[in-house]
Amino acid sequence: MSTEAAAVSTSYREALTQAMREELERDPDVFLIGEDIGLFEGSFKVTRGLLGEFGPDRVIDTPISEAGFVGLGIGAAMAGLRPVVELMTVNFAIVAMDQIVNNAAKIRYMFGGQVSVPLVIRMPGGAGHQLGAQHSHSLEAWFTHVPGLKVACPSTPYDAKALLKTAIRDDDPVIFLESEGLYAKKGPVGGPDDLVPFGQAAIRRTGQHCTVIAVSRMVWIALDAADTLAAEGIECEVVDPRTTRPLDMDAIVDSVRRTNHCVVVDEGWPECGLASNIATRVYEECFDWLDAPVQRVNAADVPIPYARNLEQSALPHAHDVAAAVRATLARGA
Amino acid sequence: MAEEAPVVKDTTVTPPGADAELMQRMFATMHLIRTFEERAAEEYMRGNIGGFLHLAIGEEAAVVGSVLALRPTDPITSTYREHGQALARGSEPRAVMAELFGRETGLCHGHGGSMHLMDRERFFFGGYGIVGGSIPLAVGLGFAISYRQEDGVALVMFGDGATNQGVLGESMNMAKLWSLPVIFFCLNNQYGMGTAVDRASAETQLTKRADAFGIPAHRIDGMDVLAVQQAVSDAAHHARSEQDPVMIEAIAYRYRGHSMSDPDRTRPEDEKARWRARDPLVTFERILLGEGLVTAEELAAVRDANQAAVDDAVAFANDSPPVPETALADDVYTDPWNDDSRGSARMPRRSA
Repeated sequence: MSTEAAAVSTSYREALTQAMREELERDPDVFLIGEDIGLFEGSFKVTRGLLGEFGPDRVIDTPISEAGFVGLGIGAAMAGLRPVVELMTVNFAIVAMDQIVNNAAKIRYMFGGQVSVPLVIRMPGGAGHQLGAQHSHSLEAWFTHVPGLKVACPSTPYDAKALLKTAIRDDDPVIFLESEGLYAKKGPVGGPDDLVPFGQAAIRRTGQHCTVIAVSRMVWIALDAADTLAAEGIECEVVDPRTTRPLDMDAIVDSVRRTNHCVVVDEGWPECGLASNIATRVYEECFDWLDAPVQRVNAADVPIPYARNLEQSALPHAHDVAAAVRATLARGA
Repeated sequence: MAEEAPVVKDTTVTPPGADAELMQRMFATMHLIRTFEERAAEEYMRGNIGGFLHLAIGEEAAVVGSVLALRPTDPITSTYREHGQALARGSEPRAVMAELFGRETGLCHGHGGSMHLMDRERFFFGGYGIVGGSIPLAVGLGFAISYRQEDGVALVMFGDGATNQGVLGESMNMAKLWSLPVIFFCLNNQYGMGTAVDRASAETQLTKRADAFGIPAHRIDGMDVLAVQQAVSDAAHHARSEQDPVMIEAIAYRYRGHSMSDPDRTRPEDEKARWRARDPLVTFERILLGEGLVTAEELAAVRDANQAAVDDAVAFANDSPPVPETALADDVYTDPWNDDSRGSARMPRRSA
């Protein structure tokens, strides 16, 4: 990142706004569409100011019809526009899954490459705010499962901006998963032409004892755990894939073959999850290098509960990550 | 029970504004579709076509009347019963048949099949397999026309079954709310697979779906190609000039079961016979001959040409090479990456 940009501290939320503002200015085919993104400026205020700057033809408030306006975005993208669809949260994507999976992900392939779908669907996800079982999903695994989609999960303001710009310029449908818990997080961001390519992991911390792979908000709990463990003489290498599809297996494999231990952290459920998948791929490519089984750290295998203590108990925390690292190192000793 | 057709036309009267060339083209296209689909059924029975094969035999007037009423650059989406739409748009019978055969030379290089034809060059934006699923796509195509201030109109074709999918209401609402040039063309063939409209819909007059959104809607005889052509022409004019969506419900009938795997045992025989008696090709041929718009010899020549085109399409599909295995992962992405995670069999070992 450029030093000039690095000097500025910007929130993850404002980083996303900047990305959309710059891309709206850059390309007249880009437009924003979603529930309450215009007049109300977004449920999480990510589109603040954009209606005033770009007008109602390019910043469009929708009815509460997720399948309908996601489908509209796909159709507009087939015609060559570059819609950025906001779903108020990932939970409402479930209503639009037919459009996302059967249409957005399939259209290029099943029609033999005659059209592409340059569409971004942004949505915040994650739990931790006592929103109850229906508003607390982490569905990275659902989207990552589907060939034809790309899936970005930024963990920092810099990546939030740069990955969103990459997503908007990408010719394929991108599921852009933001974290409700990170919107206020501050950090440096890049300029108008600073992009992060998909499929390129970031090493957030280097270490020789154990690789910890985490995405989105989980990167931060992994870093907290790494701090705790450093005091015990355990050095973790924290790998943030940044996109789960494409997944930078080269970076993961390179790290695990050096540390010989691996923990994967994922806020979603454990069964058939993102961590399960990454763990499997680590086994496939690093089996002979591993000194102990891969450990997964996930949400509990329950709908996310309301009661604060139960919700916190259901979610992965730094101490869970630290415990997993200690466990795998103990096995490998 | 199925609907009676709204009107049986007096076939001795020249339709107003009759355009002889267009009428001849409509007959030729309907006959091409009929010939193509009857042959496709045979090829399916021979095992040359796999998967599902949904035939629109009996529905040709609705298909041809609507497609030919539009400009060639007006985008269309359709259902999985869409061979006719592609052919009416001018897709090569060879490329359509080869797609049904699953060959490299097919419209979609064998990745789509019967249900997923597309011909982007001809603004045919595809056949889709989930009932109702393509409706918002067409609204998006209409949105793009409006966004770019172009002069087109998007037409989405769907069946009576799709009117009970929530996404139709969502799509109609957005199209009206945002003044989009979209024609919602409901080809009511009176059965959602095996379930008659009155066993599925509390309100069987499907145009009333549009009333809820203030969208003008017209119920027409879908067995009458001229009625369909006129209604869609009017709808396109309205959508273009007023930037306003329109719904058309064309009542028609499919002669065959839902797909080739449906033995069609539940629809009453007398009902089928009644509709077959109003066959759109027979009816239209009578008009053309009666009005002296075409001679019997000319019709025979059209039939021969279509038969030859279909024979040629089948021969072409048969002779086309299979899709190369190397094309398996083509076109998943515009810009693919090398990440075959199919399994561990070819993964490296430490000793390697």
